[in-house]
Amino acid sequence: MNILKFITAGSVDDGKSTLIGRLLYDTNSILDDQLEAIQRANRKNDDGTVDLAILTDGLKAEREQGITIDVAYKYFQTEYRKYIIADAPGHIQYTRNMVTGASNSDLIIILVDARKGVIEQTKRHSFIAKLLAMKQVLVCVNKMDMVDYSASVFEQIKADYLTLANNLGLKDIDFIPVSALKGDNIVHKSERMSWYAGESLLDYLENVEIHEQEAASWRFPVQWVVRPQTDDLHDYRGYAGRVLGEGLKVGDQVIVYPAETFSTVKAIELNGQQLQRAESGQSVIIHLSDDVDISRGDTIASVENPPKFERNIQANLCWFDNKPLDTDQIYLIQSHSKLTKVKIVDVLYKFDINTQEKIHDEPIKLNDIGRIAIKSAENLVFDLQQENAANSQAIVIDPRTNLTVGALMIQAVD
Amino acid sequence: MDYLDHLEAEAIYILREVAGQFEKPALLFSGGKDSITLVHLAKKAFRPGKFPFPLVHIDTGHNFPETITFRDALIEDIGEKLIVGYVQDSIDQGKVVEQKGKNASRNALQTVTLLDTISKHGFDACIGGARRDEEKARAKERIFSVRDEFGQWDPKRQRPELWSIFNGKINKGENVRVFPISNWTELDVWNYIKREQIALPSIYFSHEREVITRNGQLMAAASFLNIDADDVIERKSVRFRTVGDMTCTAAVDSTATELDDIIAEIKASTVSERGARMDDKVSEAAMEERKKQGYF
Repeated sequence: MNILKFITAGSVDDGKSTLIGRLLYDTNSILDDQLEAIQRANRKNDDGTVDLAILTDGLKAEREQGITIDVAYKYFQTEYRKYIIADAPGHIQYTRNMVTGASNSDLIIILVDARKGVIEQTKRHSFIAKLLAMKQVLVCVNKMDMVDYSASVFEQIKADYLTLANNLGLKDIDFIPVSALKGDNIVHKSERMSWYAGESLLDYLENVEIHEQEAASWRFPVQWVVRPQTDDLHDYRGYAGRVLGEGLKVGDQVIVYPAETFSTVKAIELNGQQLQRAESGQSVIIHLSDDVDISRGDTIASVENPPKFERNIQANLCWFDNKPLDTDQIYLIQSHSKLTKVKIVDVLYKFDINTQEKIHDEPIKLNDIGRIAIKSAENLVFDLQQENAANSQAIVIDPRTNLTVGALMIQAVD
Repeated sequence: MDYLDHLEAEAIYILREVAGQFEKPALLFSGGKDSITLVHLAKKAFRPGKFPFPLVHIDTGHNFPETITFRDALIEDIGEKLIVGYVQDSIDQGKVVEQKGKNASRNALQTVTLLDTISKHGFDACIGGARRDEEKARAKERIFSVRDEFGQWDPKRQRPELWSIFNGKINKGENVRVFPISNWTELDVWNYIKREQIALPSIYFSHEREVITRNGQLMAAASFLNIDADDVIERKSVRFRTVGDMTCTAAVDSTATELDDIIAEIKASTVSERGARMDDKVSEAAMEERKKQGYF
C-alpha cells in the first residue's frame, strides 16, 4: 500500500467540500459519532440532505460563517492506498492557501462548474499547478446534473481546458465528469453518463501512477550529527538526514558543501541496521570514509551531476504576508535544514495570475506571485526547479516577525 | 516505500528538525500509544546517540496505575530523562481549583500544569503525539504549531507550512508544539505498533475490570471517581482505545487480546477514537477551545 496526497482546487461554489465529503461518505470513512455531530449541527442543502461540506470545516469560525478559512487535512484509506487530502479554501487568500496545500500534494483536482466552463478561476488554479510543478492534474467537471449530464458540454470543457493547459505547458492531465452533490462518478460509475467510458473518481485515484520527476543525482541535507561520545562508540560520527532523489549507495563518491571536500559513503544506517542503499524520502544516518567537518545545514551530494553552489539566483516567489515584500529588508530563507540571510536585489516582474502576463514596476503584495533576483549571504546548495524540484524549494522568513512570508522556487542562476 | 515506511521517514525527519532548530525541546509523554510510538520513532531518529530532549509527563494524579508502571519501565529501558509535572502541585499552590460534582475531572486542569512545566524548564518546543484524524480542530493543526507566551493556539494566525520545510523561529516566550505523527490515522498507529512490535500498557488489551456506566460510557471504577449509591459497579471485559486520565477516558466492550484483534476491531468500528473521550463531548468546539487555552 502506498500514499497518494492530493489537493482540491475550485472556487467557493464549485463544490470542493461537497466532493471531499462525498468521497469520505461513500467510502464509509465517516464514523457514526462524526455523522451525528454533522446532524446536530443541522446544516442542510437546499434539497434537505445533510451538508457534507461541514465535515471539513473544523473551526468554530468556519462553521459560524459557513466558509473554509484554513487548510485542513483529511484522511481515508482503501485496500490499495492511504489518501491525504489537503482541503484548501477557495475564496479568501486563495493563492496563499492553495500554494500551501499544493506544496504537500502529488496530484491536484481542479473543479470546473459544468455550467460555467473554463473561467478565470480555472486559469488561476492551473497556473499555480504549473508554477508548483504539480506532478498530475485531474480536472473534475462538476455539477453535471445541472447540464442534463450532457456529453457535449463535457467535451467542450475538455477541449477548452486542453488549450489552456497547452498554453501553460501543463502535462499529465485527465478529465472526469461528476456530480459531487448527487454522487455521480465519485465512488460509483454513473448510469446517467453512460457515454463516459472512463473511471469514477475513486477508481481513478486508486489507479493513478504519479510520475516522479527524473531527479538529478541524490542530495542529502544534514539535519543532525549523531555523536554518542560513549566509551564504546567514541569515534562514532553519523550524519542524519532524509534522502532527496534516488539511489544513495554505499561506495558513492560524494562532495560536501559548503566545504567542497570529497569523500565516500562508508555506511548507511536505519535503526541500527546497515543498508546498502537508501531510497528517495528515507530518513537515515550516513557515515563517510574521511573525517570531514560537517554540521547541520551542510549538504552531502553525489559527485555525479552535483547541485548548484551559488550566491546570486532568480526564483519564483509566492507572497503570503500582509506587509508587501520590502526590497530594503534582509530576509531569511530556509531550504531544508539550511537557514541563510538574503537580500532581494530586484523584483523582475510579477504575474497577473489571471492572464499570466508579466507586470513590471509593481510591489509584490499578499497573494502575489513574482520573479525575483536574490543575493544570499553565503553560497546556497540547490537545483533548478525544472531539474530537481525538491531541491529548488525554500521558504522566506521575516526576521522581524519570524513569520513565514513567502515560498520560493529557484529558477535560474543570476 | 510502503505507506508505513513513508510515515516513519517523515516523523523521523520532523523529530530531527526539532533537535536541530530548538535550544530546549521536550517530548510530551502521556503513556498512551501515540506518545509510546513517538519514543520508538525518537530511537530511530537519534540512536545510538541520546535523545536531545527529556520526556515530560503531566501527571493528573488520576492515572491508570498500569500506565505509570509502564512509563517507569520504559524510562528504565531507554535510559532517558523523565520530568513529571504534577497537577496536584498546581492544586496545592492554588493555581487551579479541583472540579466538584459527579463528572469532576482533572483533565482541564492539566493545561495549567503543562504551561507551568514548560515555563519552569524553559522548553521552546514540545513534541506531542496528536494526530489530525482525531478531531476536526486537530485537522487544522500545523506540524510546527506556534503558541504564544500564554500557550494559546490561534487558528486564524497559523503560519503556512510548505513542502517539508518547517519554520521553528519564535519570539522569546513563545513555544512550538510539534506533531510528528500528524499524518497518521489511528489505524496507521496500530499497524505500525504491530509491525515494529512496540510494547504497550496492558489496558489497551481486553481485560476484566470494574466499571460504571455513566452518560452511556463505561468508566473504570476508581476511588477518585465520585461514586454514588445509585451507581452500579459491574465487572466487564473491556479495553481502552485511548488513554487520558481515568475520569475522562471511557472503556469499550472488547475481547481483543492480540494486536490483530484490535486492528480488526478498529477497522470494523463505527465510532471514532475520540468518541470515547468525555472531554470532547462538552461542546461542538471543545477541543478547539482547549487548544486555544494551551492544551496540547
